[in-house]
Amino acid sequence: MLDALIQGILLGGYYAILAAGLSLMFGVVRFINLAHGDLAILGAYLVLFAVEVLGLSPWVAVAAVLPVMALLGWVLQATLFARTIKGGFLLPLLTTFGLGAVLQNGMFGLFGSDAKSLGNHIGNLSWASWQLPFGITLGQLPVITFAVAVAVLGSLQLVLSFSKLGRAIRATASDPEAAELSGIDARAVHRAAAAIATALAGLAGAFLAMRALISPYAGPTQLIFAFEAVVIGGIGSLWGTLIGGIVLGVAQSFGATISAQGFQLAGHLVFLGVLAARLYLAHGRNHGGWRAALRLPRRAPSAQIPSTVTEGQP
Amino acid sequence: MTMLAVNNLVAGHGLLTAVRDVSLRVHTGEVLGVIGANGAGKTTLFRTLAGVHPATSGTILLDGEDVSALSPSRRVASGIAMVPEGRRLFVDMTVRENLQIAGENGRAGPWTLESVLDALPSLLPLLKVLTGGLSGGQRQAVAIGRALMSNPRVLLLDEVSLGLSPVAIEGLYEQLAGLKARGDTAMVVVEQDLDRAMQFSDRVVCMLEGHIALEGLPQVLGKQAITDAYFGLAQGDIAYA
Repeated sequence: MLDALIQGILLGGYYAILAAGLSLMFGVVRFINLAHGDLAILGAYLVLFAVEVLGLSPWVAVAAVLPVMALLGWVLQATLFARTIKGGFLLPLLTTFGLGAVLQNGMFGLFGSDAKSLGNHIGNLSWASWQLPFGITLGQLPVITFAVAVAVLGSLQLVLSFSKLGRAIRATASDPEAAELSGIDARAVHRAAAAIATALAGLAGAFLAMRALISPYAGPTQLIFAFEAVVIGGIGSLWGTLIGGIVLGVAQSFGATISAQGFQLAGHLVFLGVLAARLYLAHGRNHGGWRAALRLPRRAPSAQIPSTVTEGQP
Repeated sequence: MTMLAVNNLVAGHGLLTAVRDVSLRVHTGEVLGVIGANGAGKTTLFRTLAGVHPATSGTILLDGEDVSALSPSRRVASGIAMVPEGRRLFVDMTVRENLQIAGENGRAGPWTLESVLDALPSLLPLLKVLTGGLSGGQRQAVAIGRALMSNPRVLLLDEVSLGLSPVAIEGLYEQLAGLKARGDTAMVVVEQDLDRAMQFSDRVVCMLEGHIALEGLPQVLGKQAITDAYFGLAQGDIAYA
């Protein structure tokens, strides 16, 4: 039981890296990228290419692929995503759905249909583990993944809180037009956010390829996991994304102890449960409902008031 | 010296032309008051000058340079800053961050965090407060401070006193008078209070249905002529004084 809990928490680190990019794109650019999972798989294939063809060591390959993925994200935002946003909310979904299909079939054409893994190239890290008291075994790779997730989300949070780029990103997320009126090039900020999000997808893909087999069509499943982590943790919060990833990972891990198919089922059930609870709570808040009946204080509305509202009273 | 020159500007929303053939000049150190009823095109004019609304035709010259094709952020960098209607602060960020953002993305110049706080001392105790929790007067002060941080050569103030208490308006205009006394910025102000607008502005233009119905010195024109232009009673004959 304890073992399943720990494995689930560590798995949550991977989901957090994958979901952070999705959450960032939605929070800053208001853009849902349905090709996020496929971009993760593309990142994994690029790392595999760097290792198998160019002969780089796996960690060097990951470090080399991240800037390439960031550049890809920048270019995608500049040439594709920014144009589709102008076409309403449906167009980005259709476009990125199509981009996902292009990426899947492109990878199928370039890299073939064989399931591949980085596991062969990282030596004994694939199976090495630490033995803890009470018979608990900690895999080294999951621990590294989790540590990287915390480090990446932590440094991203620091950048957002204290750097010029971070302030520009938060200002643009809050009110793009007011950001422009303060001298911020909102389009450049959107490109920077897309670059960060795509690099994070590539990093997640590399970790996926280290612990599992990947194939060109593995992206959509990863996208669903990332979505579930974002929804469970709440959009627009990096630490919420980490918690969402952990909850999803723990649920899957416990599900897997019940049956082999339980792994996915339990994750989906928790996601649906959280989604239903959120909808129910929102409904209750909007209609008075049980919160009013229990005389609970209304949530502070400050975060929900759009900044464009003109205040009536001084 | 003419700092802002607007020539035959036309802008609209779909089929509605909100700004019709507007031309105006503002000099460094001068305050131009824009007077007009709701729907006269003042806010569309301002948004077009700031670049967040597309112009259908016409040119906008800043210190002789055509800025008509620039994005809003580029116009801020070249020296046009707008305090938009409704403040549009970044509500989940602190006062300091709101000011800092405009400072580090705007134009270089004499305005820094220190000098803005000197000019708007009411902001000093609020630096660490999230702007979402401020009163209307405080928000307007932050919005003006944010615009100043970008070191504008032309400052556009849309509906400065809308929604503020009389005390807050008084304090606000004291601070604006201090700014005017420096004489280094051209200001264009939309103000609904006619007496206030006539007193604070060096020159006024009255907008009616998108065009300029009356232009001149407030003392020379007199309140009656301005009121007539406001309500469209002096249609046909555009007066200059």
